[in-house]
Amino acid sequence: MRPGLAGTLLAATLLCAWTLAGTAGEIAPADKRSDYVFMSRETQAMQDDDLVNPGMLFVLDGEALWSAKAGADNRACADCHHDATASMRGVAARYPAFDPEQGRPIDLEERINKCRTARQRATAFTWESRELLALAAYVAKQSRGVAIEASTDPRLRPFIDQGRAIFERRQGQLNLSCAQCHDDNWGRKLAGNTVPQGHPTGYPVYRLEWQNLGSLQRRLRNCMSGMRAEAYAYGSAEHAALEAYLMWRASGLAIDAPAVRP
Amino acid sequence: MVQALINVPPKARLGEVVEIKVLISHPMETGYRRGNSGEPIPRDIIHTLVCTYNGEEVFRAELHPAIAANPFLAFSTVATESGVIALTWIDDHGSSETRLSNITVE
Repeated sequence: MRPGLAGTLLAATLLCAWTLAGTAGEIAPADKRSDYVFMSRETQAMQDDDLVNPGMLFVLDGEALWSAKAGADNRACADCHHDATASMRGVAARYPAFDPEQGRPIDLEERINKCRTARQRATAFTWESRELLALAAYVAKQSRGVAIEASTDPRLRPFIDQGRAIFERRQGQLNLSCAQCHDDNWGRKLAGNTVPQGHPTGYPVYRLEWQNLGSLQRRLRNCMSGMRAEAYAYGSAEHAALEAYLMWRASGLAIDAPAVRP
Repeated sequence: MVQALINVPPKARLGEVVEIKVLISHPMETGYRRGNSGEPIPRDIIHTLVCTYNGEEVFRAELHPAIAANPFLAFSTVATESGVIALTWIDDHGSSETRLSNITVE
């Protein structure tokens, strides 16, 4: 390659990288990107092949659980919801959804447990248990490729606003807000890692750091511990608000569960 | 039954190099970690994986604690005849699992 051409290409790449990186404020719709694009090619390849993606091992478990009878009524998910590939398509893209009983949004894991206790009359799965994650992975996988819809449910509005306030508030020993990294500095590096925009398109994710599948709430707790802030409890109202906001913020992006993340 | 995802191509031409992939659900506990109270968590890993092709061994791997959880292995072999490709793995408890796949060679 002639030096002139190489120099021009380098300049063009740097210009692209600079303009693609976040500037202060909310992410413009044209710049919205899944966390997938910020991963290395090797990690992307791991996610792309269903025979290599470790999250798929959990999907297999979830598929078995879907048909397993449980609870006082000896009922399986399949007894009411039949074929998950049809009945669950699009569900993960619409959650968290407002739950009238709790008066707040609930996420997919909470919804699964609600069915388990109310409909199957069985004991709820504990947070981050293999069974709950496997079922959530199986259900979420059915929405692969489906675009996340910005919720028009007016009951969710105050929670989305509350979630946004949490996202933009400085907190913890480092006095950092989520927005400062994920809205203002996505695409740039932090300790050698590229900062993603932080969209929950792939949950539950197989995080290589965990060597395991985990929920969005687990990841949010990790984020906050990393910021030296007090992490919210599993099933807390703050998590519900944050998840509702994050899904609203990710609208338009497609679900890619179960994702692999570094 | 331990979950595993196996990929053996169902068909191959005679003499073709085929890739076999296996992903096994296993915690691969190293034995170096400690629990919340400081108690050591005992080692529990898959230590051997063997692949046989119509009974003849074509691949063998020794795994050590450095291998991450849910180990993934990919290797190749030459398609010589139609038959059964068997994948067997053994863990520290001595329990072994075998998965059989059919391959048709034209």
